[in-house]
Amino acid sequence: MPVADADRSATTGMEEVARRQLQWRGRSGKPLALAIVVLVWQAVGLLNQAMPFYNALLFPAPWDLLVAGWRLAQSGVLWWDIVASTARVLIGTLVAAPIAILLGIAVARIRLLEVGVEPIIELLRPVPTLALLPMIILWFGIGETSKILFIAYSCFFVIFTTTLIGVRNVDPILLHAGASLGFNRLQVYRFIILRAVLPDIMLGLRLGLSVGFLVIVAAEFIAADTGLGYLINYSRTWFRVADMLVGAIIIGLLGVTVNYALVALERRMFRWRATDT
Amino acid sequence: MPAPKLEFEHISKVYSTVKEGVRSHAIRDFSLAIPPQRFVCLLGPSGCGKSTLLNMAAGFVEPSSGRILVDGQPVGRPGADRGIVFQEYALFPWFTVRENVEIGPKARGLPAGERRAIAERFIGMVGLQEHLHKYPRELSGGMKQRAAIARTLANEPKIILMDEPFGALDAQTREVLQDQLLEIWASTRNTIIFVTHSINEAVVLADDIAVLASHPGRLVHVVRNPLPRPRLRAALEVVELERQIYEQRYPVSDPQTGPEMAHASR
Repeated sequence: MPVADADRSATTGMEEVARRQLQWRGRSGKPLALAIVVLVWQAVGLLNQAMPFYNALLFPAPWDLLVAGWRLAQSGVLWWDIVASTARVLIGTLVAAPIAILLGIAVARIRLLEVGVEPIIELLRPVPTLALLPMIILWFGIGETSKILFIAYSCFFVIFTTTLIGVRNVDPILLHAGASLGFNRLQVYRFIILRAVLPDIMLGLRLGLSVGFLVIVAAEFIAADTGLGYLINYSRTWFRVADMLVGAIIIGLLGVTVNYALVALERRMFRWRATDT
Repeated sequence: MPAPKLEFEHISKVYSTVKEGVRSHAIRDFSLAIPPQRFVCLLGPSGCGKSTLLNMAAGFVEPSSGRILVDGQPVGRPGADRGIVFQEYALFPWFTVRENVEIGPKARGLPAGERRAIAERFIGMVGLQEHLHKYPRELSGGMKQRAAIARTLANEPKIILMDEPFGALDAQTREVLQDQLLEIWASTRNTIIFVTHSINEAVVLADDIAVLASHPGRLVHVVRNPLPRPRLRAALEVVELERQIYEQRYPVSDPQTGPEMAHASR
């Protein structure tokens, strides 16, 4: 299998999961499973307190995390870190989105761009974006610009690809129908292509945001004095494992929350799609 | 005889395979003149090029040679003067029934009030007034096709091209829609070119039946349908005309057998 194909199938796997999230089925068991894990974890922690068999400093129990989280929230640091990380991810995605969407549509529709641009993007795609982070920092410094550009670069690919595939999958018979109804070029985009591709764009944004939350931490390890990545890395130097875990869990929660907010929005926006069948 | 509304002039379609350089005729020298306000069926087995001819008239496919004229003018790109109804409905899934039907007039720039009135008139004509605000996925196959017909009518095309529009429907729904189409046609008097492989459908619907044969696709003859309307599907003269068409469906010089012409498909 050529590299580009392997990579595309990796993206489609991700898309599959993201598509399935549009359906609510089979989710009732999840909170219960989570509760059991937390309880068992806490029980092990309590057992360890009674007769220590590992270093509790290295592996705090849920209760310790709650205490640490409460303390961080009280001091106010946590909120700023959350705001900083979230803002970087959102802004980075918003910077990437228009470029990725326009380019995705253009590459799908214009033969010359398909030949000229797509191979370049397919060549860049397999490079882990984290590998480019040090260079981006050299180019743009350690300020906000470099982090936002890094996020934008990281989530560009998935937004680009979902848009591209979406436009390519527009049913040709609808384009024929439009032509026979007398649509001009602009109307073909307005009434058909953009409408058809909007769900794919939303999917791309959702995946882009999750990529953003995935890579922001690393960027904040290297060059930041705020953000949850910074909190985690800073806590490491002071050996505060509970704080590190709090940072990690919150990043996860942020990702999940943003994802489901967008899922809810999608379900509202695309009533014309059958999502429950 | 009035000037033809739509004219196929010596249409051929040739495909050449790259490997062997063999040129095969999909359609050979097809000519047919269709007068205005006529209901004409292109009848033939699959592979006779009947849908290709329709797509040429719509402007989706170019003939290898020959021309197609509408009102004496050669057709170019697809346009609103030739409305088309597809077997697959081709409704826009993101629009409701009304938005689908309105879209042609909207594209032409008609003001909202006017195009809404047009849409509602044609939606009423196909009997979907209860379903104005439904999305296509909420409709049955028959309802989708009625919405698609209303969408085409609302654009007031000179010619309506129908590509096996009832082919995907169950037998009962198909008959209901055939009757409804005839009713609509009686009041609007569009020129209709209707592609089908069902002899019965052609006999029930058409004024003229252009019988095609395949390999290569070509016109065998045109049968004028003398039967008065309404035509009952089981009436003796309908069945008799079907039998005649069935027996004469190949040119005399070419007695090949063709399994696909659906004599019994109703």
